[in-house]
Amino acid sequence: MAPKGDWVRTAVASLAICVAGGALLWHGTDGFRALTTETARRRAIAAAPTPIPVVQLEDQDGRLFTLDRYLGQPVVVDFVYTGCGTICPLLSDGFRRLDRAERSATRDSGEQRLQLVSITFDSLDTPARLREYASHYAADGRSWRFARVRERNDLDSLLRAFGIVLISDGRGGFQHNAAVHVLDDRGRLARVLDVGASPDEVARAVTGASP
Amino acid sequence: MIRARIAVLLFAVLVMPGARDALERVMVTHMLVQIPLLAAAGALGAAALPRGLRSRIAAWNRGGVSGALLAMIVSSWWMVPRALDWALAAPLMEAAKFVTLPLLVGAPLALSWSSLGSMGRGFLMANVLPMWAVVGWAYIAAPVRLCNYYLTDQQVTAGIGLVIVSIALGVTLGLLSAAGYSARIGSDSIPAVFAGASSVASTPAATSAVVVTANGTGPNAVAS
Repeated sequence: MAPKGDWVRTAVASLAICVAGGALLWHGTDGFRALTTETARRRAIAAAPTPIPVVQLEDQDGRLFTLDRYLGQPVVVDFVYTGCGTICPLLSDGFRRLDRAERSATRDSGEQRLQLVSITFDSLDTPARLREYASHYAADGRSWRFARVRERNDLDSLLRAFGIVLISDGRGGFQHNAAVHVLDDRGRLARVLDVGASPDEVARAVTGASP
Repeated sequence: MIRARIAVLLFAVLVMPGARDALERVMVTHMLVQIPLLAAAGALGAAALPRGLRSRIAAWNRGGVSGALLAMIVSSWWMVPRALDWALAAPLMEAAKFVTLPLLVGAPLALSWSSLGSMGRGFLMANVLPMWAVVGWAYIAAPVRLCNYYLTDQQVTAGIGLVIVSIALGVTLGLLSAAGYSARIGSDSIPAVFAGASSVASTPAATSAVVVTANGTGPNAVAS
């Protein structure tokens, strides 16, 4: 028969295990609210906006630009590639809706504030291909630009800053975490929204990000 | 001492970069081969501990209660999608996986298995196995990609694997105990691998995995 003290010790050990284990699980899942990397990423960004490296982009008309030219303006960014048959069309449909809503809202003033930038991560996407893709979605190349990153290293650091993970699907395509990224007026990544976020949701995120 | 040697050998193989890459490239082998084998290495290692040390540990582990709790809590972490991603993204988390699964899951379970008694084992399995199945189902039914590092079809395969393993293990344990072998399962004569292999799930993770699907969080959309 086990000594009585052993049961006390066991109770103490069990309690300690529950407390420590529970605390670690709580910490590792942001209080059981982030069970996936994507949820954790969105929560972390909303809590503390992330600086985005300034990299040289080339748009569908071959014009070079950087994201910091939009400082002081709300910018919404997504990552797509033209060969994508599943999630990117949904992202681009959402952006078309955003673009249209913004255009009709600012028709009178003529000054469109919200800027949309779709960045490709596929090295096969040339400006010509981007132009074709853009025209399919009625992007005018001003309020909504499609762009590629000029340097491979820049693309990697940009994807890292945005928290985008690409994995090859083995057929020349990619699976990637898709989302709508809202930059604040200082050019930092401030909010991440679901694919297909409505103009209202984006407007609220913009206001929340740059009050 | 043969068990200790097998444990060291098993761990050494698992830690080799080639084996790591091969097992971690696919979600189902990451979850259902690498993780259980790491726990198994710990279980085998624990069986080789000197008797004195074992009895000193047992003084804190009457009825196998604290050991089973420890194994359940730690193993539940390694069923969370974020933990799998994290281990692939951060070397420190990967190292934590290789340390915690043998030492905090496999070893405590092996040290607790016999003292749990048939009631305790039945209770443990009745909690753990359905939860595996539920986590597996969550992986199968999730409308979104849960791991950034795994494709959607791999997530489904891993889910199916979890469901199959939980049912197969449940049926096996049920048959064994119905045939009156439950006493022998608990004895030290049974290879500790068995204890280690059946140690990869528990309630908290399972419950929270259900929350994932229920809330529709984990909004990793699927793309190709």
